[in-house]
Amino acid sequence: MSFEPRLVGFLCNWCSYTGADLAGTARMKYPPNMRVIRVMCSGRVDPNFILEALAHGADGVLVLGCHPGDCHYAEGNYKCRKRLPITKRLVEGMGIEPQRVRLEWVSASEASRFSEVVTEFTEQIRVLGPLKLEDWTFDRAAADAQLEHN
Amino acid sequence: MAKPKLALYWASSCGGCEIAVLDTELKVLEIADFFDIVFWPCATDFKYDDVRAMKDGEITLTLFNGAIRNSENYELAKLLRQKSVVLCAFGSCAADGCIPGLANFTTAEEILRYVYEDSPSTVNPEKIRPQTEYAVPEGVLSIPHFWNTVRNLSQVVDVDYIMPGCPPQPDQIKLVVDAVIDILKNGKPLPPKGTVLGADERACCDECPRKKDVKTIKKFVRPHEIIPDPEICLLEQGILCMGPATRGGCGAKCVNAGVPCRGCYGPPANVRDQGAKMASAIAGVLDADDPSEIDAIIAGIPDMMGTFYRFSLPHSTLRRKQVRA
Ligand code: FES
Repeated sequence: MSFEPRLVGFLCNWCSYTGADLAGTARMKYPPNMRVIRVMCSGRVDPNFILEALAHGADGVLVLGCHPGDCHYAEGNYKCRKRLPITKRLVEGMGIEPQRVRLEWVSASEASRFSEVVTEFTEQIRVLGPLKLEDWTFDRAAADAQLEHN
Repeated sequence: MAKPKLALYWASSCGGCEIAVLDTELKVLEIADFFDIVFWPCATDFKYDDVRAMKDGEITLTLFNGAIRNSENYELAKLLRQKSVVLCAFGSCAADGCIPGLANFTTAEEILRYVYEDSPSTVNPEKIRPQTEYAVPEGVLSIPHFWNTVRNLSQVVDVDYIMPGCPPQPDQIKLVVDAVIDILKNGKPLPPKGTVLGADERACCDECPRKKDVKTIKKFVRPHEIIPDPEICLLEQGILCMGPATRGGCGAKCVNAGVPCRGCYGPPANVRDQGAKMASAIAGVLDADDPSEIDAIIAGIPDMMGTFYRFSLPHSTLRRKQVRA
């Protein structure tokens, strides 16, 4: 079976989520691969949210917020803009392609931009392939088998 | 009344936690007086078989230090879990994986290749590696299996309490020992399972006496590059201090001595990933808005991964680096 990327999107309530909503009501087409989580502001996205998503099965994480200057809370997206590069370095340091994490600005009226960004990101992750975490889970059966032999 | 039984064990560790127990000075005599020490490889001569011969739950309390990096560590973790009423992950290795856990930035194969083949002091033309089993006329000799991924104690067995620190500070050990003795002597209830003992809920910064003002960082420096002001927050001076992402309770010993916090008490309460928390904290103080400027400042963080996850990689969200061949 062909690979369908599983994506998580953190969308800020005031711009990007509304933009996504508009894309929906305008019946625009975009791939259905992204599970959207609405957050109040892109500034709410803790770096660990991104790591958790990757650890638990996401192939990519998209963070969408208001354009610089437009954040409902004035500077939440500036905080996000500083956090994302350092989070990407963490992800890279963990041996995961940093391109699996992306930050974009989408306003409430940019329905077409929303669908473009999601389409483009989905295709990018499709090319990267599934994120398989090696040896992340503890294989108890294998560990117990080692004790049998010793 | 029979004395309650106490066991102490070291798995993959440096022995510092054992020294910390001895550093409780006279308290160690009180421990030996109140408890019947039934197993403590560092200090007493009991064997694994003595533990195997015990009834389940016969040991009242086991203080388990060390990470789980091979099959022997795992076997003893299981055994001591089975024989103990209360199992406490004692010290950073058992709690979060600590320094042995930094091996999760590489693989077992890379480590073995370096040690047995590539290191400058090794002469091994036949490339002989240790075998876990070897048949000799007298029978089969075996050594433990070396794991690819280091785990913390709670990833392999059920753990009742956690006492963090590399090592747990002796004054905190004393307080915990007093509390344990009080509970056992007077039949008091145990704290809820999963409680972190001998540490604070809040971050190390909370007990740091240095003056904290507005933090804005344009550039990170290494401690030898400047003469830090003795009064002011080290992070404000551009020295990467793990205080904001580290549990307090140590008494802020390092920062008091002019050394940045290394993060040995692990993440504070309600923080899942110490590195992610530190990333957040650092992002909050970067004095830049332009993406390339932000990148440049971040690139100046010396050994970012090794610093952010020095004590907690196995217990972090992603647990290990993905190393693809
Ligand atoms: S509200 Fe949209 S980024 Fe802050």
